[in-house]
Amino acid sequence: MSLLHTPPNRPTGKSVQLMTTCLCDAFYADVAQATVEILEYLGCEIELPDGQTCCGQPAFNAGDWTSSRKVVRHTAKVFAGEKPIIVPSGSCAAMIFHGAPLEFEKEADLPTIQALAARTWELMDFIVNGLGVTEWPGTYPAKITVHRSCHLRGSNSGAAIGTLLGSIAGLTVEPIDETEQCCGFGGTFAVSFPNISNSMGTLKIEKLTACQPDVVAAADMGCMMHFGGMMQKQNMPVKRLHVAQILRDSLRNAGLI
Amino acid sequence: MKTLQQIDRVARDLDPEVHEANFMGAKLKSERRYAALERDYPDSDKLREVAGQIKQHTLEHLDHYLEQVEAAFQRNGVQVHFASDEEATNATVLRIMNESGAHSMVKSKSMVTEEIYLLDYLEKNGKDVVETDLGEFILQIDGDHPSHIVTPIVHKNRRGIAKSFEREGLGDYNDDPATITRRARKYLRQKYLDADVGLTGANFVSAESGRIVLVTNEGNARFCMAANRIHIAVVGIEKLVPTDRDLGLFLNLIGRSGTGQQLTVYNQFVGGPRAASQPHGPEAMHVVFVDNRRTEVLASDCREILRCIRCGACLNVCPIYRQSGGHAYRSVYPGPVGAVLSPLLAGNRFPELADLPKASSLCGACNEVCPVNIPIPDLLLRLRDKAKREGASAAMKGTPNLVLWATLCSQPAMWKTALSMGHSMNYIPTEMIPHPSAKAWQAARKLPKFQGGEFRKWFKQRNR
Repeated sequence: MSLLHTPPNRPTGKSVQLMTTCLCDAFYADVAQATVEILEYLGCEIELPDGQTCCGQPAFNAGDWTSSRKVVRHTAKVFAGEKPIIVPSGSCAAMIFHGAPLEFEKEADLPTIQALAARTWELMDFIVNGLGVTEWPGTYPAKITVHRSCHLRGSNSGAAIGTLLGSIAGLTVEPIDETEQCCGFGGTFAVSFPNISNSMGTLKIEKLTACQPDVVAAADMGCMMHFGGMMQKQNMPVKRLHVAQILRDSLRNAGLI
Repeated sequence: MKTLQQIDRVARDLDPEVHEANFMGAKLKSERRYAALERDYPDSDKLREVAGQIKQHTLEHLDHYLEQVEAAFQRNGVQVHFASDEEATNATVLRIMNESGAHSMVKSKSMVTEEIYLLDYLEKNGKDVVETDLGEFILQIDGDHPSHIVTPIVHKNRRGIAKSFEREGLGDYNDDPATITRRARKYLRQKYLDADVGLTGANFVSAESGRIVLVTNEGNARFCMAANRIHIAVVGIEKLVPTDRDLGLFLNLIGRSGTGQQLTVYNQFVGGPRAASQPHGPEAMHVVFVDNRRTEVLASDCREILRCIRCGACLNVCPIYRQSGGHAYRSVYPGPVGAVLSPLLAGNRFPELADLPKASSLCGACNEVCPVNIPIPDLLLRLRDKAKREGASAAMKGTPNLVLWATLCSQPAMWKTALSMGHSMNYIPTEMIPHPSAKAWQAARKLPKFQGGEFRKWFKQRNR
């Protein structure tokens, strides 16, 4: 067992709240759209709480827990209710179900935060373990590599991603070397330790592109913003997609949506 | 790239040869660890969990187990000492030596003695001390310090070592590792025979039987005990396990986790000085239990770090350690475990080492390989919070101030305004970062295209 224990007995069902994540809200609109499209394909009814902003992770990781708790309290208010909360990012989901309870340990409103944590799902985990989908329809003829984002450690999401991608017709997932190594993002770490972060990113890109894949995929736009930004800076032509975009495009390719 | 963080600076400026040695050494040990566990235990996570629970249980009942082990040791004819800090530990060892008229000591590898600078202390007090672990011996003649818990000279290469041997009169320049080892062995054999006292650490101590357990790959700990009148073991109070039976689990884990060995080559179980029926062995055995702020750590919210069995697996897998090497951590314990333990053991010098917990992307690889399942990232986070609350500036260097960001994120109207303004990149956290760091981001990476609010618009139109 690792650091991140996915909470047990989370609520499931087809009426869900979507936590877009601040990165998709600001930079990666298509990832959020793909998330909606695949969830709706599966019959989900999606509520998008309007007041949502960020999960609080940047300040949590930076050690500014006062600021982080302020944001988490806001998030808890915005995501009131009983429905499962679906997050298309391993690290934002882990922030809610693991990080938030940690920084609220000594706070009076810990139960509120624990309740929020207890209904939060990373998207792929939800599709496989919440909705019971183990085969993904459609077709996606490509050779891809997948970055195992660190916040998937110990959660069910890593296996869920493998299950879904592995079942798509035409899709080959190529294994990569040193899959356990971090890409070097780590939130504010990437700017406070720029040299180490850059070295880590360089190694990760090397491994991810060694087999000359058509697509490099991940299920966390934090990692993608960092190593993708590096790839962009180096004008690397390899396509980068969130796993949700691949699932959506697989449906599109087969005319299913 | 410009940087405000010391560990990042060390990594940037590291000699490429040293970087390569650190990096490859770590990677190789990680691969061996994985192979050894994978081969023998289909679900090694279960073992790590149980081992963590045993250590945690022991820590939570440490008062009980210390009393139990003291009685067990005394039954075995061992003299037990308790030392509260560096000064008291060093003084205790010196007193034992003085009281028995001992002048020279051979010692085996022990991290706790590094922690208290025992070697320097004894030398200052006129004692002759020789490190007998090959790596530690090389560090001693070079006046250097370990850069890794298990492989202390991983930062050195054979050419440098050959030069040191030449300088110390241990033969002409020869950088053949076998020759270097042979020369060290020859030199050290005589030291074992001449010494009055053998000093060791202890990897584990069984509270039940009053046995210390020593694991080495060179057999030097055994030699340290064999030829001397007196055996002193300096032991951190966190080394206890409840019973002999527990040792099976820990011995299976420590070798595999540290070096990928099923079992370390030499495993000594020492239950006291020699018995009347035994022809050889020390006449007296002393165990010095060292606190040195461990009880403070035990009382803190980072107590899980005391489970550590010093295998070094977290260093080997850590991408930051791989880039920076161990000396970057400016303390006895490097890597992820050091980033937690060193600032805590520093006491009121915490602010000086408050940057260590920042040297992590919080990737969790350390937790994943830890044989006693220490939640290292959680502990790093707690120490970051502590550093921030206490205003430790070393920790905050290069980290953006997120107060304004938190306000933005708590005001949906403001957030949406920020999103809707195409030019409002200034409201995005990465742009709020103080100068050098923001430059660093964009020196190596492009920022993604701003699409603020586009998804919300799409979602609304779609559901109309």
